[in-house]
Formats: sequence, C-alpha cells, structure tokens
Amino acid sequence: MLMIELVNVEKHFAGQPVVHPLSLKIDEGEFLTLLGPSGCGKTTILRMIAGFEQPTTGEIRLDGENVTDLPPNKRNLNLVFQHYALFPHMTVEQNIQFGLKMKKIPQAEQRERIADAIRLTQLTPLAKRFPHQLSGGQQQRVAIARAIANHPKVLLLDEPLGALDLQLRKNLQGELKQLQRNLGITFVYVTHDQEEAMMMSDRIVIMNNGRVEQVGSPKDIYERPETLFAATFVGENNVFHEEHMFAVRPEKIRVAAEPEDARKSGIIQDIVYLGNIHKLIVHLAHEQTNVTVALDFTDERKWEIGQRVGVNWNAQDEVMIGP
Amino acid sequence: MKAAGKGKQHPLLAFHSALLILFIYVPVLMIVIYSFNDSRINSNWSGFTLKWYGSLFDNRQVMEALGNSLTIAVISTVVSTVFGTMAALALRRMASRKKKGVIGLLYLPIIVPDIIMGLSLLVLFSQFQVPLGKLTVIIAHITFSISYVYVIVSSRLANMGKQLEEAASDLGASPWQTFRFVTLPSIWPGVLAGAIMAFTLSIDDFMISFFVAGPNSTTLPIYIYGLVKRGISPEINALCTLMIIVSVALIVLAQWLLNRGNGNERSSMLPF
Repeated sequence: MLMIELVNVEKHFAGQPVVHPLSLKIDEGEFLTLLGPSGCGKTTILRMIAGFEQPTTGEIRLDGENVTDLPPNKRNLNLVFQHYALFPHMTVEQNIQFGLKMKKIPQAEQRERIADAIRLTQLTPLAKRFPHQLSGGQQQRVAIARAIANHPKVLLLDEPLGALDLQLRKNLQGELKQLQRNLGITFVYVTHDQEEAMMMSDRIVIMNNGRVEQVGSPKDIYERPETLFAATFVGENNVFHEEHMFAVRPEKIRVAAEPEDARKSGIIQDIVYLGNIHKLIVHLAHEQTNVTVALDFTDERKWEIGQRVGVNWNAQDEVMIGP
Repeated sequence: MKAAGKGKQHPLLAFHSALLILFIYVPVLMIVIYSFNDSRINSNWSGFTLKWYGSLFDNRQVMEALGNSLTIAVISTVVSTVFGTMAALALRRMASRKKKGVIGLLYLPIIVPDIIMGLSLLVLFSQFQVPLGKLTVIIAHITFSISYVYVIVSSRLANMGKQLEEAASDLGASPWQTFRFVTLPSIWPGVLAGAIMAFTLSIDDFMISFFVAGPNSTTLPIYIYGLVKRGISPEINALCTLMIIVSVALIVLAQWLLNRGNGNERSSMLPF
C-alpha cells in the first residue's frame, strides 16, 4: 500500500535548484533510505516531507491525503533530528509525553504509550533523567521514543546516528532495523554512509547534486548500478572506458601470476591487508589506471609490490554504465 | 609580555591593579563607611551608629520618593520586558536585510547620551502637552529599557537555535504551544535577567528622570540630588549605601541567571 507520494517535487533556495523535479513512491512499512554526499538535497527532501520546507512546485501526499500546504504540527509523521533536539528542561518521560499532551490524548492512554515507548527503546532506568545527564546514544534513543509514542504513519530520520562513534553506531543500526520491523511503520532514513544504507534499507535512493541517480534495493544498486556516480559511491568499483563504459567489482576480478594470456596486465602497486580480505592495487600501464582486486582468505599465493601480474574477469560481471 | 603570558607576573602589575581598584572603589567605600558615622559632619569620625538608617525610614519624603521609584520601576520593567522580548522574537524571523536596520534602531537608545534622551523626551511631552508626572517618567524608562531587554533576550534566543521549536512543531504543538512550552522556558533566564536589568536601570536613573519628572513624581535619585544641594547629610550616605547594595545584588542575580541558563544548554549539547 502506498504511504508517501512525491509528485514532481522541486525545491529552489534563492533561485538556485537544490532538488530537481522528483517523483517517488514509498510503500507502507518500507525502510527507504535517501543516500548521498552532503549537499545533495537529501535532507531538504526529508524536511519537505516533514513540513519544515515548502516545495517550490509539486505535491506531497501522505497516505492518500495532499499535505503539501499543511504545517508540520498537522502532519501525522515524526522526524528524528540529527542532534536529537530534546527539550533540555524536561525529563526523558516528559519529552516523550510532549507530543501526546499536544494532541490531547487521554491520560491513561498517555501513560500506556509512554511505557511502551520507553520499553521498546530500553530507557526504563533513565525515565526520570534530564537530557544533559544522558550519553549521546541514550539521547538518540529518547529522540526515537519521543517520536514513536505518537504512533506516526511515517518516521523520518535525519542522519540519526551521525554524531555517534563507530561501535555504538553499528549496534544502533541493528536496533533501529529491528524496531522498524517490530513496529511495521514506514521509515524514511537520510544518511551519507553507504554501508549504513546497504545494511538497513529495503530500498535506496541515491542522490547527487539534487538529482536522483538510482532507486533500487541494496542488491540492485550494488550489482547493477545505472550511473557512474551510483557505481562508485556504493562500494568500491573498477570503471573501464572501452567502446562503452562498464564497471567490475573488485571481488569479481581474478589475478594471475602469469600475465601472458590474461585480459590485461599490470604491476602490483600496493597490497592492503584488511583482515577478512586483502586487496591488490594493480597499475595497468597500458590504460594508465589502477584496478583494485579483492582476494579472500582462500587465496594463499604470495604477492609482492612491483610484481607483474595479469587480471581477468568474466564478461557477465561487467556492468554497463550510462547510455 | 611573554613572561606575563606564562603566568609569571611582573611585581609592579599587582601594585598597579591594587591602585586601580582603590581608585574605583574608594569613593563608594567612603559613602558606605560614613553612613555608619555617629557625627553629623562627614570628615569627622566619632563612632559607629545605625541611627541614620533608622531616621531614613522615619523620613516621610524619603519614603515617598522610594515609593515613586518602586512604582515606576515595577511598571516600566514589566512593560519593557514584554515589549523587548516580543521584539527579540519578531526580529529573529525577519529577513536579514531589513533586520539590520531595525536592530540598529533598537541599539540607538543605549548609545545616545542620557541628556539628549531626557531633553528630547521633554520636548516631545511638552509638544503633545502631556503633563509631567509618574506617567512620563514611566514612558521614558520603558523607552530606554526595551533596548537592554532586547539585547539580552535576543542573545539568549540566538544560543537556543531553531531545532527545539521545530521538534515541538513536529510533535504536534501549535505555534502558541511551541512558544509557551518550549521557547519561553528556554529563554526564561534571559527574560528574567533582562527584567532585572530594566529594574536596576529604572531605579538608578537620574538624568532622564530629571527632565521628565513632575512635582509629584520625585524619584530617589532626584530626591538625593535635591538634598545634596543643601549639603551632604549622613542620611544620604545611608540611602546611597542601600541603593548600592540593592543594585549590586540585582546585577549579580541577573548574571547568575544568565550563566545558569547557558550552562544547562551547553552541557545538554555534549555528546556523552
């Protein structure tokens, strides 16, 4: 079932386009990620859905209703802010209660919903604390609890894990995905971290310079990138320009100690050890480019910098890019 | 210079600093000390007493001036705090080009010399034939206090940012509810500090009040000025001492409120 629909939505700031005309449909219960570098327009799209920015042209529909002209407080969705935006003068509990109070939900139901939100986000021992007494990860949980207590149709998340350190981020990614599955509500997630997008999303919208580069499942996007930007922004890729442009993933490339009958040959320029895999950076003298080859733990051959090697791949692993 | 930067100070620096502090505080200290002097003549110390404080409170004229000062201060504080806060809130939403001009106009009363403020208000009131009295003094005090309240509240608003208000609105709060439950509690220390500032300025003001006061609106500073012309009595010393104490206490309270508010805000931003 359709939950959010953007119809030719376009946004200009001071005459400059920041989001080019965009149409997008998001289903109920879907985890959709807007992925792109900073300044690509992803946060602007999120803020337009939330109601903090007005589209220059176009229409936004939420659950069938045109909400383009509704202020944020009249839209049945919630935004989790990048820096949490918790009310400093209220306890965790009061923060969560705020939205329910504004909507004049009966007292008994308020208590029930607060308890649910606190339980789901594992905040029980912290309910009476103030935001400044919490760690970053805990504040982030409160921000999510405060949003989900409203039972929104859609939860919008603006780089919610951006300010946290790597280990905590990894844990919370899993928790968030789990929470989304349990609640079954639509998540629209904004991030510039392609790994995060791959791990959590049902579908990813890759954006660059205010335009959509590709929309697809993580698998689609990784295996069949449609544009050069999509091919190189998500995961590592080797791009070749021959009669047409194509890309081959590093793990699809094989390396041979005998360069004679290989497809291409070159000199090993660097060896990068990453634990689970290691990578060879091979400089192709003829093409004047580098090729990255990913080798897994089963490869026990000895490689040396400066060694002349051949590289091969199968034709079906070539992904055509562009027109 | 370098040695001082490393924490080792030139011995003369301490001497110089002490001299400076003495220079600033000796006059004030003299008044405080002589307010406890038993003798009627200032330069002649004849023992400790509190009788001047006692006779001060028995003096009907002093009490009347104090009453005027307090009435004027309370009314002008309330009005200027409301208007100054409203100005700060409105200007935050204004487009930045227009804003610069308006902010300039709001700063002007702080920069314009008091004597010109007083004179121009007097001209204005006589032009419109407003009889001089408590009302004109209150209007004058509101005029200059709004600027101070605006400056204090707007810096507080700038610290707060817009995210909290967006969050409130996202959670279903109407613009009024957002103001009532989020904006106002966040800027409250600033509003209070602004109010205290306005109160202190009103109580202490002589120059502007002098121009626009009428026969039945003598404030404390104007009363004291009148007494001085007939020679300084120990009663004035006592009165001044009390005014110094009240003013300092209010300013310290305002500063404390501002710091406390800022401290909370800062620590809540720290990611731990």
